[in-house]
Amino acid sequence: MLQIDCPYCGARAQSEFSYERTLDSIVTVEMPANEAVRRLYARANPRGFDDELWRHAFGCRQWLVLRRHRQTHEITSVAAFDPALHR
Amino acid sequence: MSGPSRLPSGPEATLRFTFDGVPLRARVGDTLAAALLANGIGLVARSFKYHRPRGILSAGIEEPNALVTVGEGGRREPNTRATDVYVYDGLVAHSQNRWPSLAFDLGAVNGLAARFLTAGFYYKTFFGPPPRWLLYERFIRRAAGLGKAPTKPDPDPYEHRSAFCDVLVVGGGPAGVAAARAAVQAGERVLLVEQDREVSEEIGGARVLTRTTASGVWDHGFVTLVQRLVEPGQPPAPGQPAQRLWHVRARRVVLATGAIERPLTFAGNDRPGVMLSQAVCRYIERFKVLPGQRVVIATNNDAAYATADAIAAAGGSVVAILDSRAEKSPVASAAAHPVHTNAFPISTSGKRHHLHSVEADIGGERTRFEADLLAISGGFTPVVHLHSQAGGALDWDEAIQAFVPGASRQAVSSVGAAAGDLPPVGIAVADLPDPKTSFIDFQNDVTAADIDLAWAEGYRSVEHLKRYTTLGMATDQGKTSNMAALARLASVAGVTIPQAGLTTFRAPFTPVTLGALAGAAGGGHAAPSRRLALYDRHQRLAPIWQPLGLWHRPRAYPIAGETLHQAALREARAVRTAAGIVDVSTLAKFAVVGPDAAALLESVCATGIAKLAVGRGRYTFLLREDGMVMDDGTVWRLEENRYLLTSSTGGADRMEAHLSYAHRVLAPHLRVSVVAQQEHFAGIALAGPLAKAILAELTGIAPPAHMGLAQAEIAGVAVLILAASYSGERAFELYAVASDAGAVWDAVEAATRARGGAPYGLEALEFLRIEKGHIVIGAEADGRTTPHDLQLERMLRKSGGFIGTAGLTRPALSAPDRSQLVGLTSETPIPEGAMLVTATGEPVLGHVTSATGRVLGEGAVALGLLAGGRLRIGERLLATSPTRNQSAHVTVTAPLFYDPEGTRYRD
Ligand SMILES: [Zn+2]
Repeated sequence: MLQIDCPYCGARAQSEFSYERTLDSIVTVEMPANEAVRRLYARANPRGFDDELWRHAFGCRQWLVLRRHRQTHEITSVAAFDPALHR
Repeated sequence: MSGPSRLPSGPEATLRFTFDGVPLRARVGDTLAAALLANGIGLVARSFKYHRPRGILSAGIEEPNALVTVGEGGRREPNTRATDVYVYDGLVAHSQNRWPSLAFDLGAVNGLAARFLTAGFYYKTFFGPPPRWLLYERFIRRAAGLGKAPTKPDPDPYEHRSAFCDVLVVGGGPAGVAAARAAVQAGERVLLVEQDREVSEEIGGARVLTRTTASGVWDHGFVTLVQRLVEPGQPPAPGQPAQRLWHVRARRVVLATGAIERPLTFAGNDRPGVMLSQAVCRYIERFKVLPGQRVVIATNNDAAYATADAIAAAGGSVVAILDSRAEKSPVASAAAHPVHTNAFPISTSGKRHHLHSVEADIGGERTRFEADLLAISGGFTPVVHLHSQAGGALDWDEAIQAFVPGASRQAVSSVGAAAGDLPPVGIAVADLPDPKTSFIDFQNDVTAADIDLAWAEGYRSVEHLKRYTTLGMATDQGKTSNMAALARLASVAGVTIPQAGLTTFRAPFTPVTLGALAGAAGGGHAAPSRRLALYDRHQRLAPIWQPLGLWHRPRAYPIAGETLHQAALREARAVRTAAGIVDVSTLAKFAVVGPDAAALLESVCATGIAKLAVGRGRYTFLLREDGMVMDDGTVWRLEENRYLLTSSTGGADRMEAHLSYAHRVLAPHLRVSVVAQQEHFAGIALAGPLAKAILAELTGIAPPAHMGLAQAEIAGVAVLILAASYSGERAFELYAVASDAGAVWDAVEAATRARGGAPYGLEALEFLRIEKGHIVIGAEADGRTTPHDLQLERMLRKSGGFIGTAGLTRPALSAPDRSQLVGLTSETPIPEGAMLVTATGEPVLGHVTSATGRVLGEGAVALGLLAGGRLRIGERLLATSPTRNQSAHVTVTAPLFYDPEGTRYRD
């Protein structure tokens, strides 16, 4: 059970959150088809840190960006989702 | 006198308990193991595979031999370690895996098991032909096994609790107490847990939980604890749970988990009367029980010399100390016992399942000692389980011949024996004359010969060896056997132990009861139950309830002894011929409001939205990004900038997240607000040829045309009327604020009954929609079907720009042999879920997704997904379900069986 430090609510248990996807797999409706398919099916999937989109679904319901190590679960930052920075 | 005995000092034995029906007495504070020894009982179990007689090896949670069943009825707990149960008055214990009795066991007498159940037995057998499995399965089920699971419900409550602390100290020995005191002095909030009944010393200022085991260390300082408030089989105090599962979040964790003594490997090392040296010490000093009168000690380290002193002090006789080291250590030199260096135990022999003598190799010479107890010490292994579970690395310590905690990944540190602060050991080992009876893993009956065999058969990785031999896979997880196994593997492989590797330590550290895991979630409380706003109205009609996710909805309303099917058919016929009403409150409902409401809806809906006129609605469906149909529903334009989106019950929560994602992540610039209103409004669908007349009478307004909407009042309650038809008849969905909906239901039900109609449930709804070929999310739209597969492609918005547009362009999604929605008709009932084939034994072409008898006519209709189905209209196929032994000859048709022109729902 991870502990996620929501920038709006403070540290909360993972069970309050839902994982959405990695930032590099966000597909906007405007994206060309080949880019969309690449983002969905040819992601980097690193063994290490990655940027992930989560939602505090059973808390403030805000969308958050976590930088999380996918092997050790270390979380180095939790930020509010910002489309200008994160998409 | 021989065998174990109670020392004369100490209080009277006042607690009554039974073992295999024999009444016995224990002292307050005795473990079951101590009490059995005090009563002179050394044989307490039969082993898992070979039914070998087993005694008590240890005095702690690592016990692999002395597994018993404790308690009765629903409190019966099998495979409990006798060393980890404190006797209470009235305790009932039974030995396991023996027939007809513990002392005389046929499984051991006929010796069959030993011939068959060597390493890799299961693999070899189950790769063989089926008749062999069937033969062996019967045999294995009878021969192998431990305790039997209770069959009665557990009468006791269990609970979960949470706790937070700065420091969690695991282990209440001297190292743990010192760590806790230091943390208290530094002003930290301290929680110390100890699996035993007591901690070594009082700790002021710390919260202490005894009889509490840290079962797992997870991520970010999250630790699960299991607290036993009573012993296995013991009724808890009124209002108290039997056990608690704690969820602890700690800033840092200190592991003072100690070390576990290792047995030595030699022939007959599993015989009752062979006991770990530290356990002998503990039985003497803590429990005042002398486990044997004539004792041989075999050791590779100095710690066992204290055991020799304790035995002598308690009146036992130390016959010999077999020290495997070539030179006497200072401690050995100072010992007042007969010490032999370069000495190893080779084998044991017994009488009546008890140790009688020990054969030793002393400097190459064989010598036999008569003894009723053999105390063994192969050194000590730090308990690194929790450190390892927390992601910590392990380092090899040559001096103690064990793995010790290396770098930690989390704020987890180890202290004391757990950190490797342990006596050094000699590394010399003797050749084994009989590896087949030299046990490595006592609980799973894995011998040195099994490890040799696995190696000979090519198993090189320790992980493979573990699975092939089942080594370390018993409930003790190899606590006493891991290092001996690695030593044996390293020796046959000709490598060092760290080169041989180590298997993964996994939670739980000791077995956890299902009751503790369930907590208060038993007895129907595993999930919350979502109750309809109109629950009381339905309950008055005594419906058959159907769970649907967390919801419970009426499936049918039987009257006068009707079966489910009879009731549903009557209800469906009422809808086709007069009118019916059904509760549709659970449909997902979203208010989408704002100047950009249409733009947001167009980004998620694959159908046209923007051209929808105010006061009108439309069927819509939504796609996943990969182009598959995710959900469907209706969208209504209530005002210029206000829409209502309805979607499926089961997808409601997913849809809430999807809409939020589509807005907040993909298009945050849109000026729109989305409000989930699933439970704000209750919904009643009124359907049938008389529906329009009933509604007009109830509201006094002219009901809206198909896919139109209106506002009105029924029974003084404001209702939103949406003219949508799912049944194929003229129909209206009536939405009212949930708290006021009862009066609406009452009025609509009365008016409907007055015209010969009736309420109907999900089963009738299913009959009606199948006849109309309406898809259901999860049945026809199964996550692998595109709009084209479901014959929805003509509704796709040509301009694109919705989620799934890109995914739909993938070439495979337009392949002609994809599974496509078709209709199926038959003279006989069509089994739901049946596969579609041209004839028995031919390749599977598809399957039946939903089926029903015709509501009014004869015969059956079904929907199915069929490879290249659109080009197969008119073909005759077989719908067959071998598992249910049902089949039907079917004709492939278009997926629409009733009123294909749609005349019945239009005015
Ligand atoms: Zn939050």
